[in-house]
Amino acid sequence: MTLKTLMSGALAAALVAGPMAAAAPAQPKEMFIPLLVYRTGPYAPSGIPIANGFVDYFTLLNERDGGINGVKLTWEECETQYKTDLGIECYEKLKGKGPTGAAVVNPYSTGITYQLIPKASVDKVPVFSMGYGMTAAADGRWFPWVFSFPTTYWSQASAVIRYMAQQEGGMDKLRGKKIVHIFHNSPYGKEANPTLETLARQMGFELTLLAVDHPGQEQGATWLQVRRINPDWIFMSGWGVMNQVAVKEAASKGFKMDHFIGNWWSANESDVVPAGDGAKGYKGATFHAPGTNFKVHADLFKFVYDKGKGGGNKDAVGEALYNRGLVNAMLSAEAIRTAMTKYGNKPLTGEQVRWGMENLNLTEQRLEQLGVKGFTHPIKVTCEDHEGNGPVLIQQWDGKKWTIVSDWISPMRDVVRAKIETAAVEEGKKLGYAMRDCAKEK
Amino acid sequence: MTELLYGIAVAPFKDMAGSPAFFAEVLIGGVFAGLMYSLVALGFVLIFKASGVFNFAQGAMVLFAALTLVGLIERGVPVALALVLTTAVMVALAWVIERVVLRPLVNQEHIILFMATIGLTFFLEGFGEMVWGANVKKLDIGIPDRSFIVAGIQINQLELSAAVTSAVLVAVLAVFFQRTRIGRALRAVADDHEAALSIGIPLKTIWMIVWSVAGIVAIVAGIMWGAKSGVQFSLSLIALKSLPVLILGGFTSVPGAIVGGLIIGVGEKMGEVYWGPLVGGAIENWFAYVLALAFLLFRPQGLFGEKIIERV
Repeated sequence: MTLKTLMSGALAAALVAGPMAAAAPAQPKEMFIPLLVYRTGPYAPSGIPIANGFVDYFTLLNERDGGINGVKLTWEECETQYKTDLGIECYEKLKGKGPTGAAVVNPYSTGITYQLIPKASVDKVPVFSMGYGMTAAADGRWFPWVFSFPTTYWSQASAVIRYMAQQEGGMDKLRGKKIVHIFHNSPYGKEANPTLETLARQMGFELTLLAVDHPGQEQGATWLQVRRINPDWIFMSGWGVMNQVAVKEAASKGFKMDHFIGNWWSANESDVVPAGDGAKGYKGATFHAPGTNFKVHADLFKFVYDKGKGGGNKDAVGEALYNRGLVNAMLSAEAIRTAMTKYGNKPLTGEQVRWGMENLNLTEQRLEQLGVKGFTHPIKVTCEDHEGNGPVLIQQWDGKKWTIVSDWISPMRDVVRAKIETAAVEEGKKLGYAMRDCAKEK
Repeated sequence: MTELLYGIAVAPFKDMAGSPAFFAEVLIGGVFAGLMYSLVALGFVLIFKASGVFNFAQGAMVLFAALTLVGLIERGVPVALALVLTTAVMVALAWVIERVVLRPLVNQEHIILFMATIGLTFFLEGFGEMVWGANVKKLDIGIPDRSFIVAGIQINQLELSAAVTSAVLVAVLAVFFQRTRIGRALRAVADDHEAALSIGIPLKTIWMIVWSVAGIVAIVAGIMWGAKSGVQFSLSLIALKSLPVLILGGFTSVPGAIVGGLIIGVGEKMGEVYWGPLVGGAIENWFAYVLALAFLLFRPQGLFGEKIIERV
C-alpha cells in the first residue's frame, strides 16, 4: 500500500465520517430519576398519592420552567407493590437509564432503603429516604450516600413527646403519665421504640409498647390491652390497613381521639375515612402542611392539571400523602439545582447530585420563591448532618380535612443526635464503612 | 428460668383470676373475632365440600364482593338494591367461573383446580381494583360501631352484629346441607364427581350453585370485615386468618368452621393478652397456627373433618 493510497483512503473515510460526526446526536439535556412506586397491592391507597405528587411536581418544572436551569427531568415508574425484592429489581433496572444514569433514588420503603444503602456508594447513586429508612444514616460522616432530611423517625418521636408534654402543661408534666406506642411489627414500626424508651426513663412517663402484626386487620387483643392500661396518650407507627383499623377501634372504644397521634405514615385521608365521624379529633405528625392553599398548588392546577397532564385525580391534589410526594420531589429538584451551582447547568451524575444534597440550604426566602412558604420548614443539610433540622408539625382531622394545630415542634436534639451518632458507628461498621473527616471536605 | 416459668405457668392465671371482668372481656373479644374468621372460613368449606377444591380465591371473592357493594352505594344506589345487584354479580361470577375455569378441568387432579383458583385470585384482585379503584372506601350500612358496657365488660355493637350474623348464616347453611335435596347432591358430588354424574346429579349445576352460595357468603364476610376496616385491597388477606380455623375445624364441616373459629379467636386473644408480653407481643397471628397445628397432632382431619380411609 502506497502513501498515496493511504492518504486517499483517509480522505475518503474523513469525507464519509465527517457529516456523520456532525449529525451524531448531542447528549440530550435531560436528567433521569427512577420512581419506585406502589400503585397496586395492599398499600396502593398510600402509594398512589405519593407517586402522583412526585410526577406532578416534575411535570410542573418541565412545563412551567423548561426543567431545572434548562435541563429537563425524565422519569420512569417501576411498580414495587411495596415489596423489597421488587424494589431492588426496579432499582437495578432503572439505575443506568438516562444520559447520566439515575440522579437520585427515592425508595419509598424502609425495607428497600436498607437494601439500597450498600449499593449507593458502589453505583454512585444517592439514596434519599425522606423521613424514613435507617435513622442512623442521618450521620453523614458514616453514610455519605444516604439522606433522610428534613427529619427522622427518632426526631419525630421526640417531637411528638414534646407536643404531648406541651398539651399537659410542661415538660415535667408527663411524669407518671401513661403512653402507649402501637407499632407495626416491622423494622419501620420499631424504629421509634429506643427513643421512646430513653425519653420514658428521662421524663418519667410509663411507656407500653404494643406490636401489631402485618397486615393489622384484627387488633382486638391490642385494644383490649389499651383499654386495660387506660393510657393518657397513644402514639402510633402504623401502615396500611393497620391505621384504618386502629382509628376505628379507638373511636368505637371511646378513646379520646385528640390524645391519639399517628406518625406521618399514619395520618393520611385514607386512614380516617373508614371511621367516619368517629375519627374526628385524631392527630398526626407531619413535616409539611396539608391542603392546596399554596402558590405551588395554584401552579400545579394551571400548568399541569388544566393541560390534562396531571398524574391523578385533581380532587386528590393536596391530600397529606400527595403533598408528601410533592415535598419529596421539590427537595430532590432543589438538590439538583444546588449541584448545578458547582457543576454547571447540564445533566448531572448521581455523584454530582450527592454533593448538591449535602450542600442543600433551603432558606425561608427560597421557599417563598418556590411557592411553598409556610408549606414546609427551611432545611440546611451538612456533611455531618443529613437530617437537617428535624422540626415537626401536628395536624388534626376535623371530619373533612386535616388542619395544622401546632407550631413547628423541635425534636429533642440532645437525645436524638447522640443516639444517631452511636447507631451510625454500629451500622457503619457492619457495612465496613469508615468515618470520613468532614473538615477536609469544606 | 424460674421467672420465665412463673411468667408462663403462674402469672397469666393469677391475672385472669385477679381481673375476672377483663378476662371475660378477652373471652368475648375472642368469640367475636373467631366468628368473623368463621365467616370467611365458611366460603372455603362450601367449595371444598362440594368439589374437593381448596378455593384460594375466597379472600379475593370477599374483596370483590365488598368492592362491588360499596362501589354501587357510592354511585347512589340504595343499600338494599346494591345488595341485590351485588348478589347478582356474585352469581354471574359463579357462572363464569363454572364455564371458564371449572368445566374444562372436570376430573383433573385437585392440585390443577387449586392452581386455577390461584389464577382466579390475581384476576379478581386486579379486575376489582381496575373497576372500582384502589382507594380505601367507607362501608356504612347502618350497623353502629360503638361500644356499650354490661357489668363492666365493654361490648362492641358491630362485632356483636357480626357474631349474630355468623351464627344465623351457619345455621342456615347447616340446614341447607343436611336437609335439602341440593345439599345432599352437593355432598354426593364432593364424595366422587364421576359417581355423582353416573346417578344423574348435574355436576355443572351443582358447582354453579355452590360457587354462588360461596359468593353470597363472601358478600356477608365482605360487609362485616369492610365495616370494620374499610373496603380495601387488604380484605383479600383475611383468607390467611381463616386458614387455622379450617385446619382446626376441618375442611368439610360447616359447624367445624364455627367451632374452629371460636377456638382460634379465643385462643389467639388469650395468647396475645396473657402470654404475648413475655416475648414482646404480636404473637396473635402465628399463635393461631400453632394452636391449629397442635390440634392436628391429635386429629389430622380436624375436629369435624371426615376421616379419609383409602384402601391400596
